[in-house]
Amino acid sequence: MLGLNKRDFSLLLIVAVLALGAPFILNPFPTDSAMAQFNAGYPDLMQRFAIYGIFAIGFNILFGLTGYLSFGHAAFLGVGSYSAVWMFKLLSMNVIPAILLSVIVAGLFALLIGFISLRRSGIYFAILTLAFAQMSFNLAYSVLTPITNGETGLQLTLDDPRILGVSRTADGSIPVTNLFGMEMREFSTLNVGHWSFDFSVGYYVCAVLMLLSFYIAIRIFRSPFGMMLRAIKSNNTRMTYTGLNARPYALAAFVISGMYAGLAGGLLASMDPLAGAERMQWTASGEVVLMTILGGAGTLIGPVLGAGFIKYFENIFSKINDSVLHSWFSFMPDGIENLLVTLVHPFVGKGWHLTLGLLFMLVVIFLPGGLVEGGQRIARLFRRKKPDDAKKSTQSTPAE
Amino acid sequence: MDAIILQILNGLDKGSAYALIALGLTLIFGTLGVVNFAHGALFMIGAFCAVTLSRILNLSYETIDPNKTDFLGNPAKVKTTYVEDWLGPDMGGAIIDWAVPLAILFSIPVMVAIGFVMERGLIKHFYKRPHADQILVTFGLAIVLQEIIKYFYGANPIPTGAPDVFRGSFDFGVMLGFDPNAIIYPYWRLVYFAFAAVIIGGVFAFLQFTTFGMVVRAGMADRETVQLLGINIDKRFTIMFGIAAAVAGLAGVMYAPINSPNYHMGMDFLVLSFVVVVVGGMGSLPGAVLAGFLLGVLESFASMNEIKSILPGIDQIIIYLVAIIILLTRPRGLMGRKGVMEE
Repeated sequence: MLGLNKRDFSLLLIVAVLALGAPFILNPFPTDSAMAQFNAGYPDLMQRFAIYGIFAIGFNILFGLTGYLSFGHAAFLGVGSYSAVWMFKLLSMNVIPAILLSVIVAGLFALLIGFISLRRSGIYFAILTLAFAQMSFNLAYSVLTPITNGETGLQLTLDDPRILGVSRTADGSIPVTNLFGMEMREFSTLNVGHWSFDFSVGYYVCAVLMLLSFYIAIRIFRSPFGMMLRAIKSNNTRMTYTGLNARPYALAAFVISGMYAGLAGGLLASMDPLAGAERMQWTASGEVVLMTILGGAGTLIGPVLGAGFIKYFENIFSKINDSVLHSWFSFMPDGIENLLVTLVHPFVGKGWHLTLGLLFMLVVIFLPGGLVEGGQRIARLFRRKKPDDAKKSTQSTPAE
Repeated sequence: MDAIILQILNGLDKGSAYALIALGLTLIFGTLGVVNFAHGALFMIGAFCAVTLSRILNLSYETIDPNKTDFLGNPAKVKTTYVEDWLGPDMGGAIIDWAVPLAILFSIPVMVAIGFVMERGLIKHFYKRPHADQILVTFGLAIVLQEIIKYFYGANPIPTGAPDVFRGSFDFGVMLGFDPNAIIYPYWRLVYFAFAAVIIGGVFAFLQFTTFGMVVRAGMADRETVQLLGINIDKRFTIMFGIAAAVAGLAGVMYAPINSPNYHMGMDFLVLSFVVVVVGGMGSLPGAVLAGFLLGVLESFASMNEIKSILPGIDQIIIYLVAIIILLTRPRGLMGRKGVMEE
């Protein structure tokens, strides 16, 4: 179906069900229960799941398939955000032209950077992309202030032209981003007993685009072009010896993944029309690398899992503070309760980055294939009931 | 002329820091073949060694001085540090004042120990893994180290002063025969440069003139042959990792008065140091030092107003621009050996 084999189609179907049902699935706890803070089903967070999912899927097309580690992908996300906000300022508040422009601009930018950077490989390629991204970041902060509005970030104002829209609404405020009249921040709430589910327009726009990106990614993975990219990863020299110039293929992958990043940036700006230079900083590029590796580089579903995992932790773990911890451990004797709170305290709340860093190291050390490989190992344990056998074949070969 | 000299001097302190960090990175890469993204974090930990020592020295107890009153008329509380109490106000005061230079002694064992633990505990297992994995695991480690420091010291920069003698600036131009006030230079930056020169000289002398250094150099050139000669090269490389960590730490200790230490200063320096290493040539120690100073000075020239008015924003990107040009035209870097990491 849709040009996919049965297995890929069922994967797509699962992702589609998960994405479209996310408002239900991510809100498993009643709103008045103590566990309600683990609910992730509010529009803002779900949008970020989908957007960073797109970003990571795109990064995976480059890193997972060709093995080129780019440390400057956030630059494309930033460029996408800026172009989208400019579109909102100049043309209209409809998200379609904004997203289209951000994808195109990011693609062109990626073409330029990729054309230069792909002359080198390995660590040199990483440094080149890093250098380009840092240059963009520094320039966006300083000289390009007329375009990027420097430190403040690019924002909408009341006297933007907006040729096809209105500069200001009837009540004198800035209009909101919409899709043919459906406002992005609009949402309806469904209450079932103690549960409440939010369905937001913005999230569904993101989710549909993520499904589309995911579908395209599957097609790329299974195409002859994808096969060529894997060949570049496994042995570039041999490719050259067979008389084939591999660089155009790598460049195509780079541009495609840059366009994915631009789409993610455009969506970020569509959900909240504001673009700042810090989105381009190299730590932001590092984040997408983390997502992809954590989920499983070179696998289809891995990057989406990784993006969701990191964004979930960022939001939920950073919210756990000492009083929450005390309420969890309150059933224990006071001394042990305080001890446990003190022990857990550095890892949650403001310190959640520490947990993330540790988790990330553990994954790189023990599970080079990421969460997907972890899942496969567990699945194998259950299926065969022969741990010895499973150990021998834990080699996950998603991208090789 | 004086403007040029001023810019060169201005570039030297940042250049010294780049050179020291890049030297450590190159030592690690040249010996162990590992790309260490946690090196910036080691620099940062060095700076926090200075903070820690100055805090330890400033530990104090309070007494009520009956002779003095505060502005409300109550007996005033006077803080006396333990150091002053034990060694007398003169000696103790001097020790507290010299906290940052003293932190050099304090930081060496700390940094070497951290280096050993890092190498034996983590990096050892990554020799056979691809460079991408090494980058990723050390990047994760850098995040962890950074967050630990943030947990203990908070997110704000902590001002840590130089000794009183070296505070303020002096008129360097007069010494060189220029007009007064043409070249005003802070003392501590000159100290930092001299210190960096000593450390760099020390590392090179150690590698050049000791038997240990000779073995290490041989190991860098051909690891297998050295092992076949019955020499435990791994042990020596571990020691070199400790030395590289100490070099980064010392660079951080002495940098504390120039820039108040904060938990992300390592990340800020890391990217630039990597660029420096690549420009100098992966695995080339003199290249790293040369490129460090060169890029530091270039950066300071690019921030001159005359140049900025022609090419706006050039000061922000000059280092990256140089790196891109070097990588595209001469991938082995300024002083890299032919054939080493050329592709």
